Amino acid sequence: MTLLLTVFAAVIATAVWYTKNDKGLNLGVLCWMFWGASLMWLVDAVFEYKELGADYFTPEAGDMLNDTFLGLSVIALALVIWVVVLLIKDPKGVVKAKLQNK
Amino acid sequence: MACFLVPGTEAIVVTAAALILKKHEQVKYESTIKLNNKSAAAMETKAPAGFSRKLFWLAGLLWGGVILLAFEHLWHGEIQPFFPFLTAATEGPEAVSEMLGEMMTVGVTMAVLVTVVWAAMVAVSVLIEKRAVSPAEANA
Repeated sequence: MTLLLTVFAAVIATAVWYTKNDKGLNLGVLCWMFWGASLMWLVDAVFEYKELGADYFTPEAGDMLNDTFLGLSVIALALVIWVVVLLIKDPKGVVKAKLQNK
Repeated sequence: MACFLVPGTEAIVVTAAALILKKHEQVKYESTIKLNNKSAAAMETKAPAGFSRKLFWLAGLLWGGVILLAFEHLWHGEIQPFFPFLTAATEGPEAVSEMLGEMMTVGVTMAVLVTVVWAAMVAVSVLIEKRAVSPAEANA
């Protein structure tokens, strides 16, 4: 479930990056994070499948809920990192302008 | 257990290599400008994106994955925010051996897969760049 949620987040982030084509939003940071994590969790999933076989696809309800909660938390963490990077890099100078207009 | 440490180590090496390469590209670009007697303003411009930019793609993929996987390991109690950081280190030699085994199999596979995907991205981008240059050359 975590892998699935991260892949969806990666695809959405990439689609927005492509359509917006706006360097000022630093959307590349989100794409790298989600795709990197998706690839790594894919490897994790393959090893788990090798160990569990078909049972891998029928997880317990409790495990699935925990994995969903983890997946959503991972997406939230990635979004927070992206916002922090955006505010620090401040490519459009918005933060700088706000601070100078105090 | 701590499989993300393998791509994490690769991320550190790749980032260092990309930073060094970027510096070399800038120095090379500036010496080319000097040779061509260009203005001082031109000296301050950045070198055109070279291979270092592509190395930063790999660093981005690796760091992104490592940060999110570290959070997942923290979630599952496999790492802790205090010494010795790796939970397995407090559980005896068997747990440490299991952790090292996982790093050697899952961790190395993660690093290899990310690198292979990056290599494919670089290959595709080189093809796209060549295709973009070819019509211009044809017109020249």
